[in-house]
Amino acid sequence: MKILSKIYMGLVFLFLYAPILVLIVFSFNDTDTMSRSVWSGFSLRWYERLFQDRMILDALRNTLLIAVVSALLSTVLGTSAAIGINGMKRLPRRLMMNITNFPMVNPEIVTGVSMMLLFVFGARALGGLSLGMGSMILAHTTFCLPYVILSVLPKLRQMDGHLYEAAQDLGCPPVPSFFKVVLPEIMPGVVTGMIMAFTLSIDDFVISYFTSGTTQTLPIYIYSMTRKRVSPEINALSTLLFGAVLILLLVVNLRQARDKREQKARREEAAG
Amino acid sequence: MKAKRAAVPYGIWMVIFIIVPMLLVLYFAFTTQEGAFTLQNIATVGRYSNVFVRSIWLGAVATAVSLLIGYPVAYIIARTRACWQSVLILLVILPMWMNFLLRTYAWMTLLEDSGLINNLLEALGLGRVHMINTQGAVVVGMVYNYVPYMIFPLYSVLAKMDPSVIEAAQDLGASQARVFWRVVLPMSMPGVISGITMVFVPAVSTFIISKMLGGGANLMIGDLIDMQFLGSSYNPNLGSAISLVLMVLILICMGIMNQFDDGESKGGGIPL
Repeated sequence: MKILSKIYMGLVFLFLYAPILVLIVFSFNDTDTMSRSVWSGFSLRWYERLFQDRMILDALRNTLLIAVVSALLSTVLGTSAAIGINGMKRLPRRLMMNITNFPMVNPEIVTGVSMMLLFVFGARALGGLSLGMGSMILAHTTFCLPYVILSVLPKLRQMDGHLYEAAQDLGCPPVPSFFKVVLPEIMPGVVTGMIMAFTLSIDDFVISYFTSGTTQTLPIYIYSMTRKRVSPEINALSTLLFGAVLILLLVVNLRQARDKREQKARREEAAG
Repeated sequence: MKAKRAAVPYGIWMVIFIIVPMLLVLYFAFTTQEGAFTLQNIATVGRYSNVFVRSIWLGAVATAVSLLIGYPVAYIIARTRACWQSVLILLVILPMWMNFLLRTYAWMTLLEDSGLINNLLEALGLGRVHMINTQGAVVVGMVYNYVPYMIFPLYSVLAKMDPSVIEAAQDLGASQARVFWRVVLPMSMPGVISGITMVFVPAVSTFIISKMLGGGANLMIGDLIDMQFLGSSYNPNLGSAISLVLMVLILICMGIMNQFDDGESKGGGIPL
């Protein structure tokens, strides 16, 4: 039984990782014909070309810019929304949570199409505007907001509500007592929400596709390439991105493990 | 309570970017291009019933396969030692950090007639198999992209399950199969249901996977919507009508699914 489950997990991970392995291996393929399944030797030429390709670098810059701005916007708006929702009575809170959940259960393509209608309409009404970075930032902020709220709310619920009142009783004005008392308590949730928003924004294709106008982001550029043939440059780029994510995850996990160990040590010290 | 006011900017944001766009979809679905009321668009959707049937069928098959693959994975992970659990879950999440279009593209290189799997089959003397541009390829693409969404909620329910309940059933003389069908499965139902909805909704409404792996022959609802807004047959009124029908369809499916949930135990969600 034990050995059987190990074989099963091995097969599932083979299924999950085979395509990624193929992508990575072919980013080093030494070929001119852009062949996607014939191996003809090791080379770094696609990595060299990648850093000379203006289109890809522009798309990368747009993607990162949109992700940073919409992650910050949705974190600020979402955290403040979570505080508001947390202070509400049952009925309005249920209403707010239903509106919050809606974009998460609604098919992405319908959300994308509906926002496209809004932006086309709005652009026409305001005159002379067209879809692009602005509309994409608004759209990304909108679909990231629920994730921020859902990661901040549990932290707020765990927090002792009297802490905020105590700070004010001791003479701290409301705004500083929020930043000094409430924010540090809910910070892990806020950070998680922001990271989620950032990664969701970077990876999003469907909603960007409908709200981008002529602006290119990385996923949109990749999509336009898959309709012809994907240049191994894209393989090279995704290998680099994947490597970056891998390192980021390792750092985060190691930090968490270290924090846990320190916490445990501190607790033992206090007990002993 | 002053805290409630913190949710006001978010409320305004969601009205503008979620509720108004949905009303626009509704408006476009029931009007002609000149803006007069009509039911013609909704009636036209009926003409595409074969596309709807195909989408639902492929989505359902992909969901069933994901459940069959994902349940044992979640079960095995939930039964391993605690320190290994987070590593295994991380390994399940990791492929999702590669862009979704690229992962699907990688499957193109694997499944092609002159692709890697066919080269391998030929080297083994088994002969080539036509796989790309079939419904099977579309299902593989869906399962590959969405199976983690099945594994997370199942894992979080199974990991929380009290092992002494299973031991009690065994002590009372139940066979392994009986323990699974009568104890483990019923207790993991909330996870099964949220897994099914998390896979089914994106699978039914996808338009990339069918385009890339299904060729032109396996059109899905998403492709139909895409064509009306950004594709060859520009008609946002018909596109809105199709989106509306898709939305209603999914709401009905989720309503049916929720009937199976007793509503008491809220399991699932992404562990982060």
